[in-house]
Amino acid sequence: MAERAPQAEVGMSSELLDEAPGADRASEVMTVNIGPHHPATHGVLRLVVDLEGELVREVRPVIGYVHTGIEKSCEDKSYWKVIPFVERMDYVSYFFQMEAFCGAVERLVELEIPERAKHLRVIFLELNRIHSHLVWLGTTALDLGAISMLWYCFRERDRILDLFEMATGQRMHTRYFQVGGVIEDIPRGFEAKLRSFIADMPVRVGQYEALLDRNEVFLQRTKNTGIVSRERLLELGVTGPLLRAAGEPWDLRKAFDYLAYPKFDFKVPVGTVGDNYDRYRVRVAEMVESVRIIEQALDGLPEGPYIADDRKYVLPPRSELSTSMESLIHHFKLVTEGYRVPPSEIYYAIESPRGELGCFVLADGSAKPARVHFRDPSFVNLQAFRDMSVDSYVADMICSLGMLDPILGGVDR
Amino acid sequence: MPDAPGLELIRGEIEAAHPGAVLDTGFAQDRAVLSIDPAHVLAVLTWLREAPGQEYTFLSSLHAADYLPAAPRFAVHYELLNRDRVERLRVKALLDDPASPAGGTVGGPAPEDASATAGGGGSPAVTGPAGQALPSIDSCVGLFPTANFQEREVFDFFGIVFEGHPELTRILLPEDYAGWPQRRDFPVGGEPVTFTYNERNYG
Repeated sequence: MAERAPQAEVGMSSELLDEAPGADRASEVMTVNIGPHHPATHGVLRLVVDLEGELVREVRPVIGYVHTGIEKSCEDKSYWKVIPFVERMDYVSYFFQMEAFCGAVERLVELEIPERAKHLRVIFLELNRIHSHLVWLGTTALDLGAISMLWYCFRERDRILDLFEMATGQRMHTRYFQVGGVIEDIPRGFEAKLRSFIADMPVRVGQYEALLDRNEVFLQRTKNTGIVSRERLLELGVTGPLLRAAGEPWDLRKAFDYLAYPKFDFKVPVGTVGDNYDRYRVRVAEMVESVRIIEQALDGLPEGPYIADDRKYVLPPRSELSTSMESLIHHFKLVTEGYRVPPSEIYYAIESPRGELGCFVLADGSAKPARVHFRDPSFVNLQAFRDMSVDSYVADMICSLGMLDPILGGVDR
Repeated sequence: MPDAPGLELIRGEIEAAHPGAVLDTGFAQDRAVLSIDPAHVLAVLTWLREAPGQEYTFLSSLHAADYLPAAPRFAVHYELLNRDRVERLRVKALLDDPASPAGGTVGGPAPEDASATAGGGGSPAVTGPAGQALPSIDSCVGLFPTANFQEREVFDFFGIVFEGHPELTRILLPEDYAGWPQRRDFPVGGEPVTFTYNERNYG
């Protein structure tokens, strides 16, 4: 990249400088507030930025504007009622929150989930990953002036939401994962609709790349901006596509054995430079890999139950309630009191679209969790924002923020 | 994850260098847990990060929990990760509540100096806004810069003070908020919703 001229030498007309009594306007540090209500902050993030001309000298993210005390509210809900709460933390990747919480509770009560449920969970998680990356790509490209990207990305996102609606009844916040499996089997016709989507999606991704990869404005704004070294990112605890863009092939789906991921053949895309362009490339490549995972999960989808058959934790089938007294009692106990979890604690982490999403659950033996804590990747990754932006231009800072992809619902919880 | 004998080896090596640092070990849900005395937290974390053969260089998560009826009331959890061996290890620093009369049980059966065990190295007792004594522990931001936001979050919700943190202020709650909402004795709900604008103008 060509060396950029320092800001002091460009821009200011000599008359303006003459008018200012004895002040070098370009080197004056000015503190500017961006947000919390600004579309470029992707939510209610407030940035207090010290500017010297157009150069960012210091940036302090201020968070907490959408803190709703979800973790505290969970203490007062029985385990199965916590699921819709945690879904609303990171409102773009709700299936991941559900998996983190349900997986943690399943490990606490040592409940093995059926193979079909594992496959269905992988299908929905990967659909959600594509959905999340589409929201990211559309809004970030919009920040950089590529307005048409928003419509193309949201077009495909809508097809994913249609699939969610078909299987779960809800487009967002589906409450589909349950402790023990998933709440319902996929409906008839879902597979055909999903297959047509995964056949189209790689073509669509190719179209996004055709729009952006040779777009001069996009390239100039993303290449060599927001670079943070791999070592620094690891120190800051950054995970997910941001870390992989810096060349570290770290993906919890590969590293740890959870759900049915070890069965599937997929690649972990990594970048080389760690700039905003690599972050874009890694996420776009991940969408294609997610499509491959969905395809394999659908091909290998085993027959059998979609939820575990342990009546102490899982609701009995609706049809049994009118014929079996025992089922009715189980149903009543589960719905009114919930199930008790023996005193124990666990930290269960999965790979969300933004990195390591960890769920810590502390059980005290009652039917309500004593503590539910989410290690939200957006919250931790946001600490790298200062390193990405300091001594860059304001415009590059906005680009870096988009590429960081924070979801403020997850940051503030 | 280190297996149960591996965990005992780790315990033995830490005990040799820092007597009294490890209070207990546990092994549940395939996860090794090392319960430690908060006065030695930096020594233990440094050893786990740097000793050859350990190298838990990545701090996945730092969070706290309140075990209210239990005697060391709070615990700060450090979820360490070795990415080469794909091993997780949880370090739990048990903290007494200095505000409760039954404090001072961390650090063995007969602590010779209660302020040294609860105060993270003999520093004067830290107090909250209402003069309430707060538990405190050494900050690990120097070792793991990722702990910065997470320690602020723990401070925000539990009132656990991290000594040596560069900027220990509330992070998610408003600056003027009173109380530590994730503590178990803080009620769920019951928070008055103040519509100050309406009260001022239409009340």
